Amino acid sequence: MMTVDYQRGGNLVSEKKFPVGMRILAVDDDPICLKVLESLLRKCQYEVTTTNQAITALEMLRENRNKYDLVISDVNMPDMDGFKLLELVGLEMDLPVIMLSSHGDKEFVYKGVTHGAVDYLLKPVRMEELKNIWQHVIRRKKWYPKDQNRSPNQDKVDDGAGEGEHGVTSTGSADQNGKLNRKRKDQDEEDEEEGEDGDDNEVSGNQKKPRVVWSVDLHQKFVSAVNQMGLDKAVPKKILDLMNVDGLTRENVASHLQKFRLYLKRISCGGNQQGNMVSAYGANDASYLRMNSADGFGDFRSMHGPGIQLSTTSLSSYPPGTLLGRLNSPGGLTLRGIASSGLLQPGLLPTNQGFTLASCFPDVKVTIGSSSNTISSVTSSLPILQANPQQNHSKGSLVTQSSLRMPSLNQESFDVGVHGSSNFLDRSRCDDSWQSAVQLSAFPSFRHDPLPSSTLRDNISSTTSHIVNSPIDFSSTVSLRAPLEDSRVDMQGQTDFIGNIFQNTTNYISKNRWEENSQNYNPGLNGSFGAMNSLVSGNASSGALNQSMDQRKRFGASMIGQSNSGTLSMFQHPDVENFALDPKMRSNEDVTLEQTKSQNGFVQNNYESLDDIMNAMMKQGQNDASLMGGEFRFGSFSPGSCM
Amino acid sequence: MLGWGVDRLRADMSRLLAILFHQGVLDEQFLQLQQLQDESSPNFVSEVVNIYFHESEKLLRNLRGLLLDREFSDYKKMGIHLNQFMGSSSSIGANRVRNVCVAFRAASEQNNRAGCLRALELLEHEYCYLKNKLHELFQMEQQRVLAAGARYPLQQQQH
Repeated sequence: MMTVDYQRGGNLVSEKKFPVGMRILAVDDDPICLKVLESLLRKCQYEVTTTNQAITALEMLRENRNKYDLVISDVNMPDMDGFKLLELVGLEMDLPVIMLSSHGDKEFVYKGVTHGAVDYLLKPVRMEELKNIWQHVIRRKKWYPKDQNRSPNQDKVDDGAGEGEHGVTSTGSADQNGKLNRKRKDQDEEDEEEGEDGDDNEVSGNQKKPRVVWSVDLHQKFVSAVNQMGLDKAVPKKILDLMNVDGLTRENVASHLQKFRLYLKRISCGGNQQGNMVSAYGANDASYLRMNSADGFGDFRSMHGPGIQLSTTSLSSYPPGTLLGRLNSPGGLTLRGIASSGLLQPGLLPTNQGFTLASCFPDVKVTIGSSSNTISSVTSSLPILQANPQQNHSKGSLVTQSSLRMPSLNQESFDVGVHGSSNFLDRSRCDDSWQSAVQLSAFPSFRHDPLPSSTLRDNISSTTSHIVNSPIDFSSTVSLRAPLEDSRVDMQGQTDFIGNIFQNTTNYISKNRWEENSQNYNPGLNGSFGAMNSLVSGNASSGALNQSMDQRKRFGASMIGQSNSGTLSMFQHPDVENFALDPKMRSNEDVTLEQTKSQNGFVQNNYESLDDIMNAMMKQGQNDASLMGGEFRFGSFSPGSCM
Repeated sequence: MLGWGVDRLRADMSRLLAILFHQGVLDEQFLQLQQLQDESSPNFVSEVVNIYFHESEKLLRNLRGLLLDREFSDYKKMGIHLNQFMGSSSSIGANRVRNVCVAFRAASEQNNRAGCLRALELLEHEYCYLKNKLHELFQMEQQRVLAAGARYPLQQQQH
C-alpha cells in the first residue's frame, strides 16, 4: 500500500505498484451504492475515501487536490447536480471524474461526456469495469505534463497515444481517442509557447504546480480583453497583456481561450432538444454542434456574440476540454456507448417523447428478457419447493407455499410484461401511453366481453392479475399488464351486480344471503368474477386514497369473521403475520396495504368458493363507486340476473 | 445430529438461492456481494442488505405518500426516489425490484398516475417477497454458523 504523499504528475505513475494504491474519492448519496462501490474499489486495492455529499467532496478536493487521483461520482445527488460537480472538479482540480448512474439514458451519458467525464458507468458497477479505471489517471498525466521535462513528454505522448487507442474497452474509448487528439494539440501549443517565452513557473521541475483558478473576476477580465480585440483576433499574448494579471501565464490564457472558443461554438449552435441529438447520433460533425448543450450551460446560453457577461456558474459550465476531441471524432463515444450497451434501437429515437420512453424500456426489455428465461425454468424448480423439508414454523411453510405460487404467477405476468415491453419497443409507438402500449400482451386465461367503460377497462387491466396472484401478492406482475381491451367482462348484469356491491355493502342483510347467491353462480363465471375481483382489488388499491378505507376494513373484518371458508381464515392470519413488514411500515397508509393484501389473499386463493370472492368484492367495493363512474345502482340488482 | 444440520442448511440455502436466481429475484450482482464478503468484512452482505431494507422502506413510504396525495403532481420528485431505488436495488442484485422501478419510472415520466399506482403496488409486492426470502436466507446462514460452531468447537478455536 502506498504511503508516499506523491504529488500529481509523476510519482504515482512511475511507481511499480500502480494502480495499487490509487487514491479515489467516491461520492454517492445512496448509502448502499456507496458501500458496495467502496468495497469493490478496496478489492481492486485502491485507496478509497467516501462521502455522500457533493459539497463535502468539493471541500475535500479543494483542501488538497493532490490527495486524490480520481473521482467517482453519482449523477443524481440531492445537494448538487453531479454534472455540476463534474465540471467544477474538472475545471478547478483537473482530476479525472467518472460518472455513475442508475440509468443509461443517452442524454445523461452525453451530458456526462460533454461535461468532461472520462467515463460513464452504469449501476451496478462491476469489478471488471473498476479494474480498468486507472487508465484515466495515466492518460491525464501524460497529457498534462506541465511540470515535466520536454523530451520525456514527447515520449510519453507517443506512448499515451498508443495506449489510448488500444487499451480501452469501455464505452468511453472512442471518446478517449478524441481526447487524445485534443490533448496532443494542447501539448503542442503549450510547447510552442513555452519555447518562445522561456519558462514561467510552469516547467521548472518543481512538482507542485500552482493551479490557476478562473474566478469570476479573472474570467471577466479575460472576456473583456477578448472583446476588445474581437474573438477572432484574440491571441493569448495580447489577452494576457490586456488582462494585466500577475502570475498568469500565456499558457493559462491560451488553454482558457481554447476552451472558451469551443464553448461558444457549441452554445451558438445549440438549438436543443433530443430530436437534434438523434441526428447527432447519425455521426456527423455538424450535428454534434447542433446538440443541446444542456442545463449546465444555461448561463452561457444567454449570451450572444462578443459582448457577453459571464458569471461564475457559466465559467464552471465550461467543459474541461473534451469538446474539440468530440468534434474531431464524431462517431465517438455516444454511438459506441449506445451500440456497446446494445440497449437502444435507432428506430425509436425520432420523437422527443419516444426518446425518453425508449430509453426507459430498453432496460425493461433487456432485463425482462432474461427473467423470462429464468422464470420459465421455475416450473422445474417447483417440485424442489414441494419436496423441501418442512420448515419449522408456519411462517416458513406459508412462505414456501406462496413462493410456490409465485412462479406460476410471475411467469404469466412476466411473459405478459415481456410481450408488453418488447411489443412496445417494436412498434415504436413512443407516443402511446404506457398503458396502451402494454395492451399488446394477451391475457391468457380470461375471455371477457368488452367492458362498458374505460375506467373499468383500466381497472381490470391492473386487477385481473390479482386473480392469478398468490395470497401475498396484491398487485404484482399484473399491474404491468395491459388493459384488457381484448378481454371481455361478461354481462351487464354482472357489472351491475358488482356495482351494487360497491354502492351499498352495508345494505346486505346477511352473509348467508350472499352465500346462497354465490352458490347459485355458475363456476364458469369464475373467470369473469375473477376479472371483476381484480377490478375490485385494483380499485381498492388505487382507491386506497379513500377515506372509506376504515369502513372497508371494518366491513372486511366482519366478513372475515363470518367466512365459512377454512382456507380463507387460514390464509388471513398467516398472510398478515407473514409479511415481513417492518413496524415502520405499519403506518396508516400501510395498513391499507396489508388489508388489501389479505383481502386479495382471500380472493385469489379460492375462487372455487365464490363467497370468498364476494366477500372480497364487498370489502373493497365501497371505495369504488366513484371510480366506477356511478354506473351501478343497487336497485337494479337481482340475483337471478347474474346466474 | 448437528453435523447433519449444517449440511442440510447449506443445501437448503443453495436451493433457495438457486430458486431466487431462477425466478429472477436476484441476479449475479448478488453473487458479487457475496464475493466481497471476506475475513475483513465478514458480515458484508447482511450489512449491505439491511441498509437496503432500511432505505427502501423509506423510499416506498415516500412514494406511497406522494401518490396517495390527492393533489399529487410532483412526478419529478417521484422520479428522484425511483432513481435511487433503482440504483440501490441493482447494486444488491435485486433484479425484479429494479425492473419494476424501470416500468414505474416510465409511467411517471408520462405522468400516468394510475400506472404509477399499479407499479407502486407491484413494487411493494416484489420488495416484500425479496425481503422475506433474504430474511430466510440470513436465518439459515445464522443457523448454519451456529451449527457449524457447535459441531466443530475445537476447530473453530484453531482458526
